[in-house]
Amino acid sequence: MTKAVAIVGLGQTESRALTPTQDFRELIYSAAKKAYDDAGLTPRDVDALLTNEYDFYAGISIADEYTPDQVGARLKFDNLVCNDATIAFINAYMLILSGAADIVAVESNSKVATDVVNYPEVLLAALDPVYNRPLGGHPYYIAGMDMMSYLENSDTTEEQIARVVVKNKGNALLNPNAGFGAKLTVEDVLRSEDAFWPIKLLEIAPLADYAAVVLLAAEEKAKSITDNPVWITGVGHATDSSYIECWPWGEAQWIRNASQEAYKMAGISEPWKEINVVEISEAFAYQELQALEALRISSGSLGNLLEMGTFDLDGSLPVNPSGGCLGMGYTPQATGLQRIVEIALQLRGEAGKRQIPEAEVGVAVGSDSEIIKCGGVVVLSR
Amino acid sequence: MAFENMVRFPKGFSRKKRVAIVGAGMTDFRSILPHTTRELCFEASKRALDSCGLTPRDVKAVIGASAPDAFDGIHIKGWNPVDAMGAVGKPYAREFVGGGTGVGCIVNGWYYVASGLYDIVLVCAFEKMSPPVPHAQKLFLTIFEPILEWALGPNLVWIFAQEMNRYMTTWGVKKETIALSAVKNKGNAMDHPHAQLPMKITVEDVLNSPILVWPVNRLDISPSSDGAAAVVLASEDVAKRITDTPVWIDGVGMCIDSQYWTNRDLAFPYYVYYASQQAYRMAGISDPMKEIDVWEPYDPFDYKELHHLDGLMGKKGYAPKLLAEGQLARDGDYPSCPSGGLQGVGNPIAAAGTMKVCEIYWQLSNQAGKRQVDDAKIGIAQAWGDLMQVATVVVCRT
Repeated sequence: MTKAVAIVGLGQTESRALTPTQDFRELIYSAAKKAYDDAGLTPRDVDALLTNEYDFYAGISIADEYTPDQVGARLKFDNLVCNDATIAFINAYMLILSGAADIVAVESNSKVATDVVNYPEVLLAALDPVYNRPLGGHPYYIAGMDMMSYLENSDTTEEQIARVVVKNKGNALLNPNAGFGAKLTVEDVLRSEDAFWPIKLLEIAPLADYAAVVLLAAEEKAKSITDNPVWITGVGHATDSSYIECWPWGEAQWIRNASQEAYKMAGISEPWKEINVVEISEAFAYQELQALEALRISSGSLGNLLEMGTFDLDGSLPVNPSGGCLGMGYTPQATGLQRIVEIALQLRGEAGKRQIPEAEVGVAVGSDSEIIKCGGVVVLSR
Repeated sequence: MAFENMVRFPKGFSRKKRVAIVGAGMTDFRSILPHTTRELCFEASKRALDSCGLTPRDVKAVIGASAPDAFDGIHIKGWNPVDAMGAVGKPYAREFVGGGTGVGCIVNGWYYVASGLYDIVLVCAFEKMSPPVPHAQKLFLTIFEPILEWALGPNLVWIFAQEMNRYMTTWGVKKETIALSAVKNKGNAMDHPHAQLPMKITVEDVLNSPILVWPVNRLDISPSSDGAAAVVLASEDVAKRITDTPVWIDGVGMCIDSQYWTNRDLAFPYYVYYASQQAYRMAGISDPMKEIDVWEPYDPFDYKELHHLDGLMGKKGYAPKLLAEGQLARDGDYPSCPSGGLQGVGNPIAAAGTMKVCEIYWQLSNQAGKRQVDDAKIGIAQAWGDLMQVATVVVCRT
């Protein structure tokens, strides 16, 4: 395990269902300002900027045109990846490892909740234009099919999946940045209407607007900038096939591959013992358990562990203490950075009411989209 | 220079691993190809891997690259061809900085390898611009600022006409001189097996072609194209096992300027200048004019070749003089766009930039055939994009 690169500053906006008074550039600016203040740096100190963006969600082609001014990266090294923010984060990590930059800003934002009026139609365009798109419909049906396979291939029950919603929305009540906290019971969730059977309406993360900026620094710099660096000890990313006909239905093979890589780098051999906190992008409740399985977090039944309260805030392995996407809202390409920010806050001991005592090692998982099996896994430690 | 004090070049560069290009391949560039995005990627990736005797099994990570999703009409389109690139189960990222993507993805691949995490990386850039009907140009409206600029109905020819006019006015360049770039590049493309628009034309042909937006005539512009290009990158120890003629990426640079292009002086591309300075510093090049043997600046318009060369050479308004003297020809002192560039080979946006890196690889490893520049040891490829805003540069050495 090497401690070569650390998070030295972070800033995020509130995650809300509507931000009609702010342009996406204003969201980025406020997140960037908080990150610089947090690290005690100015834009002048930054060598490079890494962002991520999806054109169709921004409603602008080449949306990275609009980031440098807000992050203060004008006339600097800039790169953008069209993947989840965890992959942008991993790219920034590699940029520092390569020696080309010492301090890198990673930016991600979502403005889908306010700006995109035809979200299902846009998401449908992500499917293959020849084989899949003509089938039409709201593409969340793909997640419904995936959940069906998951239920069939595991011993998890629908009640247990409903419990994920109860837990995450409950955690979100303690998170001032989360917009979708609620006190629910398993019955409430199961009684909500079938949306994409077997997915219930309350098991779907609602869309949200959000922006976050994270500052990374190389070892020596990090130590001089902050007394409380959060080290990046393992990274991995992977993709599954884009032919949904050939998918490993019901499982997240990409998380298995990505986490294997990340664990190896971080020297983690027994994840269930060594990891203290996990954050997962779950656009749908079942995806949290699916991801936990792929993360090899436990050899036993995840559903039972969930019912025993293992993954609660006061459990032995809290999962999604921030509230996850169910509690904070689904912020398509920015979900990964939201997860990373929460892990960093937990490891720094700055998570407020939802603080997990003595968190040393955390894992964040971000996926490219709710129906795309591609994304990244990041291991952070104190 | 006005912005000099605003810029902090990456310092403390310590090269952990040297990165080599070990193979390259591309598809034909055509205005309409019958292939799907996946098929284009398969063909380019296969050619690149075959050229160095590797299989997808050997590749540790894959980088896809493509410009706006709107061209293919596929949302998150980087994910669509992952199978065709052999990326399934592997780390995959899609690079995207507008027109700069084609060289930017090589920078991306460079740090994947230079970080020490992956030793063989496949980079595949693709673009399918034929789906939009009647023409891809209309989609460029969507790159502009939605509140302040969309309402004016701009397209790319419109803003480049402004930039070209500014360039000509500031440095006193004549249209006759600029047209020489189109003549040279379309002529160079005669020797390129994948070229879309190889032509023997004269300056008169360019000046007499229809005016689109003054001062841009039809033959001043590169075409829109379908195509893909791929490159295989490897770390130092692995590269030497794969090939006898690795070409080393010794310097990389990327630089983005402000979104507010109306507030910038368009006469000199500072972003190109700074990106190339980053790359020179990394590669240990102190006098690019003397040390660089072959140049591949991005030339979607004929004046852009000169505009970008000014930035790469760090000399304002200098390239037109070199062009007029014939110095930019393949047998000149500063051979520029020996491939035929975007004007001759075609402009499938992301793939066009990667084509330039392929060309530098072929030139430096002596595989460029009829296009070969004598005694090429150091080459530079550059792409440019976003709102006339971003530059990406790689400097290669034999």
